[in-house]
Amino acid sequence: MNPRRKSRLIVVAAVGGLIAGAIGLMLYALTDSIDLFYTPSEVIEGKSGQPPQIGQRLRIGGLVVPGSVVRDATSLMVSFDLVDTGPKVTVKYNGILPDLFREGQGIVATGVLIDNTIIEAEEVLAKHDEEYMPPELAEKMKGIKHVKPGQGAGSL
Amino acid sequence: MWKWLHPYAKTEKAYQLCSSLSPWFWTGAIICLLIGTVWGLAFAPSDYQQGDSFRIIYIHVPAAILSMSTYVAMAVAALVGIVWQWRTAFMSMIALAPVGALMTFIALFTGAAWGKPMWGAWWVWDARLTSELILLFLYFGVMALYSAFDDKQQAGKAAGVMALVGVVNIPIIHYSVEWWNTLHQGATISKFDKPSIAPEMLWPLLINLLGFALFIGAVTVVRLQNEIVRRELHRPWVQQLACSKLDANLEHNDAV
Repeated sequence: MNPRRKSRLIVVAAVGGLIAGAIGLMLYALTDSIDLFYTPSEVIEGKSGQPPQIGQRLRIGGLVVPGSVVRDATSLMVSFDLVDTGPKVTVKYNGILPDLFREGQGIVATGVLIDNTIIEAEEVLAKHDEEYMPPELAEKMKGIKHVKPGQGAGSL
Repeated sequence: MWKWLHPYAKTEKAYQLCSSLSPWFWTGAIICLLIGTVWGLAFAPSDYQQGDSFRIIYIHVPAAILSMSTYVAMAVAALVGIVWQWRTAFMSMIALAPVGALMTFIALFTGAAWGKPMWGAWWVWDARLTSELILLFLYFGVMALYSAFDDKQQAGKAAGVMALVGVVNIPIIHYSVEWWNTLHQGATISKFDKPSIAPEMLWPLLINLLGFALFIGAVTVVRLQNEIVRRELHRPWVQQLACSKLDANLEHNDAV
């Protein structure tokens, strides 16, 4: 390689390395802000030792605890517990749940912390995993009975 | 080792290479896209949780994966252009940019259409969606910077630097779902582990991925030829080419 090309290549590599390093450090420093949601244990114990305050708006993401879904008979009011690896957090929500809402399903809810472990949500989103399989296989592997998305919420 | 590449630094050779590649790319793309799309949309089984809605994966995932691959290809072209100062490298870079931008747009659009019924939201500012949107802006930036200069060699250098800097975004997009918690789910096929999708759903996806790649190749090759002709209009070989095409057209008209 002739010297001019070599020097250009070295300059490009050096500048590229510096930029990658700078952006890497920036993203590392911003980790807490880039995370979309708090997990239930983070709501209670805090992300870096400082738990969120009551009245703070936040997003929480976790799995719906099976058997914890309580519906109000006369309104759209619903409450359920979310869990990751540790303690549970209760979410209260007044509205229509997404089609994929199931017990055991990942959920991301936006709302206000009204008590240490209670969140009043104004938006509930369903998070699904990266696994795709036909219903017969799912029934065999996981014992999950196929529920059409349209009937999912109603047949809980 | 790289000696075989050297002739393609010349525009005439590059043009000829494009001409011979183009029919293969087009045929392959049409065949793969037809098989993959019909198989995926009509014959693959529906998903146990998402039902038929999951079928948008056959457009969304190939477009998303290739929006990143196209960017890497564009950045490699930019690197070759900056270090070895090949004019054809900058031409390939700018030929790739709008195609990649289109793929990014398709990925974002189908993602939004998929997110609404499944997640419950068109758009969420999570790390994966945001970094993919930044990718779209990077493509726009490269295109805008290139068209801002009248001297196209200068334009190539400026846009090339931007394309190279933007490469930092590619690993961020890919690992965003692992580094941070996001609403977007993890990778299904682009991981070292076994793909977490049933084989009868995976095959049409892979065929469509190949089809999209060939389609990008085909469009890029045509765009590169156009760029070469536009930039080399004063060269004798281009004028000869134009004359022969014109003659062929006239003869055809006479025959009709």
